[in-house]
Amino acid sequence: MDGNFLSKLLDSNDYLTQRDSADHPAVNCPIERWLECATELKDNHGFDLLVDATCIDWFNESPRFSAVYHLFSTTSHQYLRVVVAIPDDENPSVPSVTSLWAAADWHEREAYDMFGVRFENHPDLRRILMWDSYPWHPLRKEFPLAGHDTELPDEEVRKETGTPVIPAPMAGGPFAASKHAGIMSKNEPRGADESWSEEKEKPN
Amino acid sequence: MATKELSMGDVVSRSAEYEQEMDTEKMTLNMGPSHPSTHGVLRLVLELDGEVVTKCDPELGYLHRGDEKIAENMTYNQFVPYTDRLDYLSPLANNVAFALAVEKLAGLEVPARCQAIRVLICEMARISAHLLGLGAYAMDTGALTVFMYTFTEREKLYTLFEKLTGARLTTSFTRVGGVARDLPEAWLEEVLHFIAQFLPVVDEVDALLTRNRIFVDRTKDVGVISGEDAISYGLTGPNLRASGVPLDLRKDRPYSGYEQYDFDVPIGTVGDCYDRYLIRMEEIRQSARIIQQVVETIPEGLYYAEDAKKIFPPSKEKVMSSMEELIQSFMITTQGPQMPAGEVYFEAENPKGALGFFIHSKGGGVPYRLKIRGPSFCNLSILPKVCVGAMLSDVVAILGSLDFVMGECDR
Repeated sequence: MDGNFLSKLLDSNDYLTQRDSADHPAVNCPIERWLECATELKDNHGFDLLVDATCIDWFNESPRFSAVYHLFSTTSHQYLRVVVAIPDDENPSVPSVTSLWAAADWHEREAYDMFGVRFENHPDLRRILMWDSYPWHPLRKEFPLAGHDTELPDEEVRKETGTPVIPAPMAGGPFAASKHAGIMSKNEPRGADESWSEEKEKPN
Repeated sequence: MATKELSMGDVVSRSAEYEQEMDTEKMTLNMGPSHPSTHGVLRLVLELDGEVVTKCDPELGYLHRGDEKIAENMTYNQFVPYTDRLDYLSPLANNVAFALAVEKLAGLEVPARCQAIRVLICEMARISAHLLGLGAYAMDTGALTVFMYTFTEREKLYTLFEKLTGARLTTSFTRVGGVARDLPEAWLEEVLHFIAQFLPVVDEVDALLTRNRIFVDRTKDVGVISGEDAISYGLTGPNLRASGVPLDLRKDRPYSGYEQYDFDVPIGTVGDCYDRYLIRMEEIRQSARIIQQVVETIPEGLYYAEDAKKIFPPSKEKVMSSMEELIQSFMITTQGPQMPAGEVYFEAENPKGALGFFIHSKGGGVPYRLKIRGPSFCNLSILPKVCVGAMLSDVVAILGSLDFVMGECDR
């Protein structure tokens, strides 16, 4: 059933190309046809539930970002993955599908928050998980796992305490063999960043 | 201000009357992040006209830990404990959902016994999550006693979890390609014994709440979500089914052998807070039915996939006695279970709704991108719509009935 549906979809929409997938049918859609494609999928193919929308950062490749959408049909119980490559690496943006699926609202806000991909015509494109003045997009590949030094969001607290948000220690993993030479049996594998550990206090 | 007798009509006409008759100033009220009914750290910025909510803006992120970033930096097996902390009221079911997603990527089938164990623990997790959800919901709407009943039963379930996994809350029980260990001796009898004494308690809770005048008044026709809205906002799980949409992934896209078991999927008619309560109540009974069937029919065999040499580490005895198994264990522990390149998306029907994992792998033991679709995140996105026009006290009932967990909402 899966294969049948996909070949029909590809035949009737020649701008779509098949995408490698280990499970559900998946297609690549060019960015300029994405809204048209989404409308058709919703109206003519019964994909009424947008289960997930997110992005992938390909880092050193171009186009750098892809938007990934997972659609589900509550009638035929079929999943479909649509991937839209975003050509602009510097100021990535995709047309928003909030007008079709209300669920896209928060998913797109999250993708904007985490990747800095803008969604055109989104009614309220604000950060959702991080605070509004946060300067980075944490799921971009160049963002370090430990985080960056950042100012606290609340000005009053910032003035009062004078502490910034400091990077988290990596003591919780991923684990690596200790950099310091010594007897192996006395060196447990530990976090690569040891600026803050049981012995050393949290730097201010 | 002139006093005027206001007719006690429905909420909409009442608020319309307010607008016509009186000049009112709107007030902004912060609800949360530490408020007993926001179950964790949800913060709602409410705009009120008198007692009627005119705007609701949920603020998330107080529990954001960057699980997806962490997942990109560790092996699949190392990430299992992090899945406990998504919906921390049903860690067993989260572990299973994650393991199934990764196994789908590997194209791996686990033995029938392992599948049955997973179904069993998923349903037990569903009961424990619903028990807490219902107890807290009833408590939020003023029925304090129910919480004592449901929490006592949940405690018994946690004792069973402890016997099985060694932990009460953060179980980390499944592995990619199997489960951590086989069932302990006589554990299944204890499960059956628990179910037998548990079902009368469910009836008792039912009797306490279902026809309770105060509870019904607080929940009936409050927070009505239509079927179309529920689908459009991406609601899943009991919240979607309460709105009359018969969608249950255990039936519609069976995984882990759910097709072998006989159970009903309760569907609501109105989509109000009361329906959402009834659905959870019935789901508890259906889960008990599934558990009984699993215990009766549990097959013999292995609890892990034996042929998955690069995925599931061998047992300790073998590692200690054979060179090849030692290497295998070392490789899996240090490099992670070896996965092919590819993309998968898998959703499991968890207590709160469909918990989905999207994995893009470039091969090896670490995912290139792992996206978690938290059902609570999607279920809460309807709040700005459903809260408008409701009374302030109704917001408490709506939040309780949506039964969300911030751990998987903020991830």
